Amino acid sequence: MTWWERAYLFEILRGLGITGGVFVRNMWRWMTLRKGALTTYYPEETRSDYALRNRGKHVLTQRPDGRPQCIACNLCATICPAKVIEIEAAFDPEDAAHPKYPARFEIDYSRCIFCGLCVEACPEDAIRMVKEVPNLPTHDRSGLWLSLDELLTWNPQSDVAKPYPPGPERKPAQRAS
Amino acid sequence: MIQDLVIYLLYIGYAVAVLLVFGTVLTWVERKQAAVMSDRIGANRAYVRIPFTKVRLIWLGLFHGLADGLKMMLKEDFRPKTYDRFAYAIAPWVVFTPVLLVFAVIPFGGTLVPAELLRALPSAAAWFGDRTYPLQIARLDAGLLVVFAFGGLTIIGAMLAGWSSANKFSMLGALRAGSQMISYELIMGLTVLGLIVIYGSVDLGIIARAQSGVLLGFLPAWGLFYQPLAAVLFMTAAIAENKRIPFDLPEAESELIAGYFTEYSAMKMGLFMFAEFIEIAIIGALFTTLFLGGYNLPFMADDGFTLPGGHVVALGHGTVVVVQMLVFLAKVMLVCSFQILVRWSLPRFRYDQLLKFAWKFMFPLALANLVVTAIAVWAVRT
Repeated sequence: MTWWERAYLFEILRGLGITGGVFVRNMWRWMTLRKGALTTYYPEETRSDYALRNRGKHVLTQRPDGRPQCIACNLCATICPAKVIEIEAAFDPEDAAHPKYPARFEIDYSRCIFCGLCVEACPEDAIRMVKEVPNLPTHDRSGLWLSLDELLTWNPQSDVAKPYPPGPERKPAQRAS
Repeated sequence: MIQDLVIYLLYIGYAVAVLLVFGTVLTWVERKQAAVMSDRIGANRAYVRIPFTKVRLIWLGLFHGLADGLKMMLKEDFRPKTYDRFAYAIAPWVVFTPVLLVFAVIPFGGTLVPAELLRALPSAAAWFGDRTYPLQIARLDAGLLVVFAFGGLTIIGAMLAGWSSANKFSMLGALRAGSQMISYELIMGLTVLGLIVIYGSVDLGIIARAQSGVLLGFLPAWGLFYQPLAAVLFMTAAIAENKRIPFDLPEAESELIAGYFTEYSAMKMGLFMFAEFIEIAIIGALFTTLFLGGYNLPFMADDGFTLPGGHVVALGHGTVVVVQMLVFLAKVMLVCSFQILVRWSLPRFRYDQLLKFAWKFMFPLALANLVVTAIAVWAVRT
């Protein structure tokens, strides 16, 4: 150590200058109505910098008429390592192409490990994961069960995978962004 | 005199209110300042809901202090199986009370002339006559000595707490607190001696009044400019005296759990914390009085501003009193903020380093400062 460092006071003052500088800079940002913090005010704020491939929240894709694309085959529920997906299948004789549909489709987010295997298992591209995380903070365990309605409330218009009824010209699916 | 009683009761009420408010607000300031210093937002979840409405008052998390207090009150008051119940029970009070008492000798404003303030009420003004009161609760000749006497009492509280807890960690914390506080108390006293030599008095009121002049034509005649080294040493010793980081060896969470108040819980522990925060304000007030000119603004006298160009701005008596009190509070707040800055910037000492720092580094410096000051004062006076 040089005598300058050993005199202690000057280096201490330099350190205080650094931390005080950060304080003044952040206070100036707050006072000019900008954000002076790196942290996010969860859950009121969502981070804008989730990675494109972040496995955040599940969504169920829809056919153009708004019905879920899911055919209740239970493949996702089977492969799910945490066994969080519950599907109750129902029969619809009116719809010749897809007579089987989910009457109930629920995901228990208290156990979900966000591995994305359900997405890979799905033969119909009916379940996907978007990068935003689900807004789940709750006082009650039951609030962590997301049902069909909630899984369908996203903006599917730009992301309909298949035309309905299914035709020969299939476009590759666009990633939900 | 009944008039004196009225005035001094008002002073005491003001002092107690100021200290308690400082103690509460400083917990918030500490949280928020630490957060802003480290790019965070800080505590802002506690709120008070206006009854029967959905309006939540958050006020930047100002109510966290209130929530803390409530939590302390409602927690279980755990009592260890100790051999000395009495000492265990009074220890927090022995720490807390002297801290409040120190403020009695600190001048928090200039001179109050009640008759001039109450000119609108002739009968009240006549009742007060031509009495004048310096804004200082106790105008003692022994001002600074009283500060150090009461400061020394808190050591006893810390030692009592540690001894009576029947816990090895508390014991170690108390031993550390004892040796640390005694060492740094000495240095505090030595650094202040230089100022006493210059001002020729230990009465804080006289010291504050002596700093109202102007030095070299433009500098305010504050103690800081007469005794810069003493100011730095005093601040360091005062932080050590208050046992805060970087000198928080008596508590040292990573080594001693909570040091001498390990066995305390609920409001008893709250008293220790509250005493610490009030002591921040007390140190701020002492530093302001000794080194930052107390309630004086540069170029301001009891009748208004006299700017260097000979320009005079006259102010009424009431305005001057209020301005001086506000200036004092603002300076205290700045010094408190500086202490919090130090607390969140520097790492903790090792214990041998702490004592070596006191006795081998600060003690000689304080002595040298005193000698140089004494010689300089002697040279100027002869």
